[in-house]
Amino acid sequence: MTTTKPVLLKLLEDPASRRFLAVLTALALIVPCLNLLVPEGSVFHVSTYTLTLLGKYLCYALLALSVDLIWGYCGILSLGHGAFFALGGYAMGMYLMRQIGERGVYGDPILPDFMVFLNWQELPWFWLGFDQFWFAMVMVILAPGILAFVFGWLAFRSRVTGVYLSIITQALTFALMLAFFRNEMGFGGNNGLTDFKDLLGFDLQSDATRNSLFFISALALGLAYLLCQWLTRSKFGRVLVAVRDAESRTRFMGYRVEYYKLFVFVVSAVLAGIAGALYVPQVGIINPGEFSPINSIEIIVWVAIGGRGTLYGAVIGAFIVNYAKTYFTAAFPDLWLFLLGGLFVVSTLYLPKGIIGLSRRLVPALSGTGKQAVKEAGQ
Amino acid sequence: MPLLAADPESAAGTDGLRASLEAMAKASFSEKSALIAGIAGSGDDRARVILEALLDGNLQYRKEDLRPVYLDENEEGDFLVDALTGENLGAISSKRKVKKITINNQLRGELKLAIAGFKLSQADAGARAEAARSIINGPEPELLPLVADAIDVETEPDVRELLGYARASIIVANRIGDADQLIAALSLLGEATDRNVISLVSRFLLKDEEGNYLEKDPRLVEVAEASLNELKAKQSFYQILQNVFFGVSLGSVLLLTAVGLAITFGVMGVINMAHGEMIMIGAYTTYTVQLLMPNLIGASILVAVPMAFLASGAMGILIERLVIRHLYGRPLETLLATFGISLILQQLVRSIYSPLNRSVITPDWMSGSLAINGMFSLTYNRLYIVIFSLLVLLALMLLLKKTHFGLQMRAVTLNRSMASSMGIRTGWIDALTFGLGSGIAGVAGVALSQLTNVGPNLGQAYIIDSFMVVVFGGVGNLFGTLFAAMSLGIANKFAEPFAGAVLAKILILVFIILFIQKYPRGLFAIKGRFVED
Repeated sequence: MTTTKPVLLKLLEDPASRRFLAVLTALALIVPCLNLLVPEGSVFHVSTYTLTLLGKYLCYALLALSVDLIWGYCGILSLGHGAFFALGGYAMGMYLMRQIGERGVYGDPILPDFMVFLNWQELPWFWLGFDQFWFAMVMVILAPGILAFVFGWLAFRSRVTGVYLSIITQALTFALMLAFFRNEMGFGGNNGLTDFKDLLGFDLQSDATRNSLFFISALALGLAYLLCQWLTRSKFGRVLVAVRDAESRTRFMGYRVEYYKLFVFVVSAVLAGIAGALYVPQVGIINPGEFSPINSIEIIVWVAIGGRGTLYGAVIGAFIVNYAKTYFTAAFPDLWLFLLGGLFVVSTLYLPKGIIGLSRRLVPALSGTGKQAVKEAGQ
Repeated sequence: MPLLAADPESAAGTDGLRASLEAMAKASFSEKSALIAGIAGSGDDRARVILEALLDGNLQYRKEDLRPVYLDENEEGDFLVDALTGENLGAISSKRKVKKITINNQLRGELKLAIAGFKLSQADAGARAEAARSIINGPEPELLPLVADAIDVETEPDVRELLGYARASIIVANRIGDADQLIAALSLLGEATDRNVISLVSRFLLKDEEGNYLEKDPRLVEVAEASLNELKAKQSFYQILQNVFFGVSLGSVLLLTAVGLAITFGVMGVINMAHGEMIMIGAYTTYTVQLLMPNLIGASILVAVPMAFLASGAMGILIERLVIRHLYGRPLETLLATFGISLILQQLVRSIYSPLNRSVITPDWMSGSLAINGMFSLTYNRLYIVIFSLLVLLALMLLLKKTHFGLQMRAVTLNRSMASSMGIRTGWIDALTFGLGSGIAGVAGVALSQLTNVGPNLGQAYIIDSFMVVVFGGVGNLFGTLFAAMSLGIANKFAEPFAGAVLAKILILVFIILFIQKYPRGLFAIKGRFVED
């Protein structure tokens, strides 16, 4: 721990980071207080619905952060990052499924409901061990990590880049979606995993658990931010940027580009998996729809709107776009896709650096716009 | 409701038939039997339709004057049609004014026989063959003398052969005659090519619980076994042919959807994520054209092809001029922007046409199937799509190789800056190329509208497959696209029986991911020296 301290201090020297972490800490502390301590009738009361919604946004923000790490700093446009998110989510979902035990509709002590429904006699081998929390947590990291490693190793070694890479990442998540839709796969098919009861013995419906999950999500986001910040500020990060801007030149200078890419891709996939694992207990369901290509591509727009290559921009983008989505799909459902489509076009044509870039250009002195955006999204 | 193809001019002969039918209204079952025999023997060409309607229970009579009629309905309510002339007799207030001519099981058998007799004596050889096939599929013992008579007078060797199988089927199915007759019939059936024959023959090979044949005569078992093996071999051969055909038809669809993508990617180096929506626009154009010309469904498809090309092409040029033009050299941004456009187009279609699926009517000349034999048939819509996609590919090749525009396009594909310095207006070429690629996608939409329902997500279902074709085949080479589309289509159809449709698709995707390890630029990449960055 003694060696990380100076690194941590160094990271906090950056004013934007300091401000971002301050806002995040405030959010993580104030929102649960407003939910638990302020009485329900008060204007300052944050309902449990809003709390869960914000918790969901925090998970999305972590996901956006993981995408920004590879896209913003290494130029890898992954259109399949939702796959890693969903894998992490499924690992968590499998643990939660095993926790239901005899409280399921069919009351089977071992088998989840959908397996009883399919007339399965025993648990498939890949479900073994998921009754242990530690094992599930290891799988949250390993499942996306190993997939990213194998996929990345194959792709980067043969120098699949640019649009080709984007297309095959999309094919990857599409293939996984088809696979998870099959009942025979043993992941609940169409309906996915749901009806969760408790996590480590804590009731998922209780306000205390929800507040804790919210706080943990914020904590995970903060830690992931520091990790990404550390990675990108280091010498390693400079090589990543070099790969992004001129891959061949970097290779000619003697760097093993594929290893750099592979490493950052795996880190990013693991972060996405953690985001998925935090997401599932808060929304209470994971199904194959999370693998759908459109979900993955939506993540890209969060990052693009916020501003790629800034890390906190991705977080802001995730909050803004998702808040807009929550608002518009409820108020003007027909308008949402026009707006989302428009965001893609506008952000690529006119906002190549996203909102962060815009605010820097409009008001060079004021760089606090990002903070306000987070506050707005949080209300 | 069978509508009568009668022409009211020929009143001659109608009278006898009309009298018989009017008599039938009040007749007893035994009297009806005699009347049916009379109608069947009358040689009247309307008799068959009447008998079929009688068999199906559609033939009614008007209570006031016993006139034989069909009951039909339109949006204004029920109305009557004269069964013999097809004349509209006007609306009726209540269905009670008509009554069905009832039949019993015995009459039903007689009717079937009479109808089969009519079918076997039709003038058209194809129709007679069809009748013989239907007897193979429903070998009822009463038909035997009919078939035997038909064989004697049949002049077409092919139909005669089929009738021979029909007779053998009846003999085998009902165990008519002695063992020698059965053996002859069984061994003849080995040469037949109908699915039903397999089950007929294998009935002789059923075993009891101890594994002994139920059939006591060992000679019959032996012949049946030999015939069955022959039939099974033929069946698996035709199964492979069928799979190839399905694969080729799927490949043609992939070819149509992917070829436009390959062109735009080849020339401009950008992936058009809105390509699927160009397909969708083409499909909706087909739907709209059909709405505009409801009485000419057969011709509407032919009108829809150029319309879809223009609609999607114009949309493509619009997108290129408004958005993509500003993003050159930034392929990833182009990908995102076009994805945004695809969302907008989908929602636009949802707002205009409603989110529900619309079905496009398949014209008569595209429905049905071409039966090569009882085990192998080609559905017309797929057959036409195969032909159509090859025509589109041919037209595209001519455009690329023989026209000035094609020459310029190929020049831009190979070396943009060099082409530009030779005086080619690359901006225009880009716009036209994008329009061309999108237009072909629109044409693909017309073809797809014949296979599936038209909905806002139509394009999405095919877009990833199209990408796979482009990645597999490489860009800038139409043969590469053709090869990739066909091989992926066929591979998909062959993997399906072993792995199921979904798993087959997954396997193909995994294969492609592994494939581009070896050929990162596709199978037919343009040779040359390229330096990125």
